[in-house]
Amino acid sequence: MNTCQQPVIHLMHAYLDGDISRDEEQALQQHLSSCPQCNDMMEEFKMSEQLLQSASPIRAPEGFVSGVMTRLPKEKSQAGISRILRRHPLIAAAALFFLLMSATLFSNFSNNQQFSFTKQPNLIIEGETVVVPAGEIIKGDLVVKNGNVRIEGEVDGNVTVIRGSKYMASTAVVTGSIEEIDEAFDWLWYKIKLFVKDVIPSSDSEPTTE
Amino acid sequence: MDELVNKRINQVLKGNQEAFEEIVTLFQQRLYQVCYRMLGNAQEAEDIAQEAFVRAYVNIHTYDQKRKFSTWLYRIATNLCIDRIRKKKPDYYLDATVPGTDGLNMYSQIAATGDLPEEEIERMETQDRVQYEISRLPDKYRTVIILRYMEELPLQEISDILELPLGTVKTRVHRGREALRKQMGNM
Ligand SMILES: [Zn+2]
Repeated sequence: MNTCQQPVIHLMHAYLDGDISRDEEQALQQHLSSCPQCNDMMEEFKMSEQLLQSASPIRAPEGFVSGVMTRLPKEKSQAGISRILRRHPLIAAAALFFLLMSATLFSNFSNNQQFSFTKQPNLIIEGETVVVPAGEIIKGDLVVKNGNVRIEGEVDGNVTVIRGSKYMASTAVVTGSIEEIDEAFDWLWYKIKLFVKDVIPSSDSEPTTE
Repeated sequence: MDELVNKRINQVLKGNQEAFEEIVTLFQQRLYQVCYRMLGNAQEAEDIAQEAFVRAYVNIHTYDQKRKFSTWLYRIATNLCIDRIRKKKPDYYLDATVPGTDGLNMYSQIAATGDLPEEEIERMETQDRVQYEISRLPDKYRTVIILRYMEELPLQEISDILELPLGTVKTRVHRGREALRKQMGNM
């Protein structure tokens, strides 16, 4: 093994870092020309360095940029919303109105405890449970409030259960969405969605993911 | 170029998402290459490099425009790569059984592939050989060696990217160099 390692190796690294004074470099070259072991070592350093630098650059795959763009969150929500509000005071006013209105809805939720449901032909009522009998098809949405629903037949629409439970038989078919609303917040959200649907009739096909 | 980048960043800050596209285009090669060299796998590299850009976008308001943008980007990307490497080591690498190997787990796979026979190494293309040598470096040295030799960055910039003192970066480059030299011993 090499006996003159430490100080010389230090100079080799300084040289490879490009961080060496002229005097130090001279001392290093002098030593290398007289010491075959250190010279070999230096050659090995240079060779491994050259191998790394000989590799051609790796290119990003096709579609990389568009891939990033689709992964970005839709709009910087905070910036986006505050920008909209600043530019459209009317929307700001509408938002305030909305907020006040939802407070009313909120209190409605806790006051209105009565069992009620959407009037549809073919429904059977057992106490506080609405039954969609096997073999029957209910056309349109079904909303049950403060009661339960048992579906054995088919509902060609959405089923919403507000503060109640639902039971689906193995024969049950629901073509739309099924929603259970228990919390006041869910209730509020449900009302807002209805409101939005009423205000903007063109958005008839409600997106399934939100 | 810094001027263009800062201009686009200001547009992004104002909520113009499309302005970010040019930033991605400008830096995609550099970021992808670092991730590829760190992870050694094209699919993971694409995933992590894209994630780095997404994080940059989401946190763009924390970027200090007096500093170099590429430094900030590299930092996000290298941190994500290091996280990924750490995460996959215990559960994915080591314990999982390799399909079709009759109960061999990743430990035995690493043991088996850790040192390839010399003839096989000699047959390797430069590109694969470089990747093979880099992958054998300990994580600590791998990052600095990639930034130094593949990205050809000055030591000071590497120190800024990794938020390590310059002296530590130097020591790591030196150790990494030693490790490479020993690995490649008989080329
Ligand atoms: Zn010597």
